[in-house]
Amino acid sequence: MTNRFLALLAKSREDNSPIMVDGGMGTMLFAAGLMFGDPPEMWNALPDKQDKVRAVYRGYLEAGSQIILTNTFGGTPFRLKMHNLQDRTYELNKLGVELARDEAAKFGPERVVAGSIGPSGELFEPMGKLTYESAVDGFARQAEGIAAGGADVFWVETMSDLMEVQAAVAGARKAAPHLPIVATMTFDTKGFTMMGVSPTQAVNELAKLDLAAIGANCGNGPDELEATIYAMHQVDPNVVLVAKGNAGMPTLVDGRAVYNATPEHMLEHARRFRAFGATIIGACCGSSPAHIKAMTTALRTMPPLDPSTLQLTAPLAERKSMSEDKRARRERRG
Amino acid sequence: MDFSDLPDDELWLQMQDDLYDGMKEEVAAETNEALKRGYGPTEVLEKGLVAGMDVVGVDFRDGVLFVPEVLMAANSMKAGMEILRPLLTETGAPRVGKVVIGTVKGDIHDIGKNLVAMMLEGAGFEVINLGVNVDADKFLAAIKEHKPDIIGMSALLTTTMPYMKVVNQMLIDERMREEVYVMVGGAPVSETFAMAVGADAYGRDAATSVDIAKAYMDNVRKQDKIDKAAAVNQ
Ligand code: B12
Repeated sequence: MTNRFLALLAKSREDNSPIMVDGGMGTMLFAAGLMFGDPPEMWNALPDKQDKVRAVYRGYLEAGSQIILTNTFGGTPFRLKMHNLQDRTYELNKLGVELARDEAAKFGPERVVAGSIGPSGELFEPMGKLTYESAVDGFARQAEGIAAGGADVFWVETMSDLMEVQAAVAGARKAAPHLPIVATMTFDTKGFTMMGVSPTQAVNELAKLDLAAIGANCGNGPDELEATIYAMHQVDPNVVLVAKGNAGMPTLVDGRAVYNATPEHMLEHARRFRAFGATIIGACCGSSPAHIKAMTTALRTMPPLDPSTLQLTAPLAERKSMSEDKRARRERRG
Repeated sequence: MDFSDLPDDELWLQMQDDLYDGMKEEVAAETNEALKRGYGPTEVLEKGLVAGMDVVGVDFRDGVLFVPEVLMAANSMKAGMEILRPLLTETGAPRVGKVVIGTVKGDIHDIGKNLVAMMLEGAGFEVINLGVNVDADKFLAAIKEHKPDIIGMSALLTTTMPYMKVVNQMLIDERMREEVYVMVGGAPVSETFAMAVGADAYGRDAATSVDIAKAYMDNVRKQDKIDKAAAVNQ
């Protein structure tokens, strides 16, 4: 059997069509009653909560997502350890994928289940305590569960450190060498990732990892994401790019995060992401099936936008240098 | 590593630069050098470590530095702080007050919280740092054990900020809320949010937080005096 995800990519290449992925999972689960600070992955194993996880999957499948991401984002042993669940890494990841597989199958044989792998939440030496080897092992443990659950592709996301992407990819390959891998990073700090990686650098470095697609997710809303996608596309127009950004920015209303981009906003942005070079398009925190539905309809029924008529509304990431006197003092020290 | 040939004002600059560049050993050596020249621990902290960290803060905000650099700088500050800490305690002055501080459950951001902790120590507070991912029970246990004047909670995620309210509620339920002054902070926290979760104060940055903590302790002392006077008069 050919891989569902690779088949989808091949078809998209053939007829030049965009691929719809899903929207946010975490923010949907909070809306469904998940308590702040509690691990979303635990819901994969609770009989009275599994339906809520399934409902999110179903919502996105109904809205038109050809790919759904599993509720396993925080499923590395590092993250689960915060809740003393590290020993259930395999089980919680496997269950999260199985629920998705089951829902996806109801929408026909072609829908893709992507096993989400989020950051460990730890920092590498010397900044933190994580070593490359232990990171690979941890990601491999999560990836084993994801593969056993029947995922079509590993989806490494929201990364800010290139070394962590490498570790996650190595761990995934160790667990299931035959599965394709997608990796996206989060450019939320003046156009860079938190660790200072630019979109250009990300494309250049991730190119070495033999990935099926790369891109950007989460972040500071659609305007900044457009600039990121544009910059990535400039480096290599042939690379398959994922644009999966937050539905705007959160404001706190009654102690809850509310995101300000409506389905109508995202509809327009979906067309712009496509024009700026993205192939796989969806959304992240703060989005709902309504957003994905609007975006799907826009991409399927409205004419493509001409990139030469579009303007970026956010600045491109630009490396700033330290102030002059600072540099002088550095030189004095030698 | 010898900094003895640097004039004092250049020693401070060098110390700030080395802290900026995350050079731990250098910062430690410079801290010792400044102490050897007779500067008091508070002065070394202010003129060297804090002044250096201020520049880091500005450049981080402006997108010149990113997380790796900030963390390396924070580690250097810690190296200096470790030398100063015993001396700050030693100065004989009574401790200003006691603080239990931690990052709330589900959240592992600790750079800002650790800065606040270090600055409080610098200002003469005894600080019990509970680390990250601290749940209500752990806060409670620490309060029972250490009997602090102040508890500080940090949160950087919109998903973990509401947990501050959980801790606050637990303090109320346990009838301990009256005994501690609750301070909260973290980049997305605001004055309004702080009040909404039932905190007593919001600390925008480390320096403001120290001022607020000190002001509170001054008030406590004044109140103590009034209470004692009232007791005597009875
Ligand atoms: C460093 C960092 C990390 C590091 C943390 C390393 C560490 N050991 O702390 C790493 C890479 C691990 C990380 C991980 C994540 N991060 Co992060 N991170 C940041 C970043 C870039 C800087 C935070 C920081 O240290 N600032 C510097 C310090 C000095 O400032 P500060 O914390 O605000 O503290 C000052 C004041 O607030 C105050 N203060 C702070 N605490 C307290 C406490 C008290 C009692 C008082 C009085 C005052 C006070 O005084 C401090 C000193 O002046 C911010 C973005 C940003 N620019 O803020 C994102 C950010 C906070 N992270 C974010 C996210 C989403 C994450 C992740 C969820 C990513 C992911 N998807 O996995 C994970 C979360 C893991 C977890 N469960 O916590 C988002 C949060 C979005 C939101 N609003 O919810 C941010 C805003 C980035 C973004 N724009 O999207 N992150």
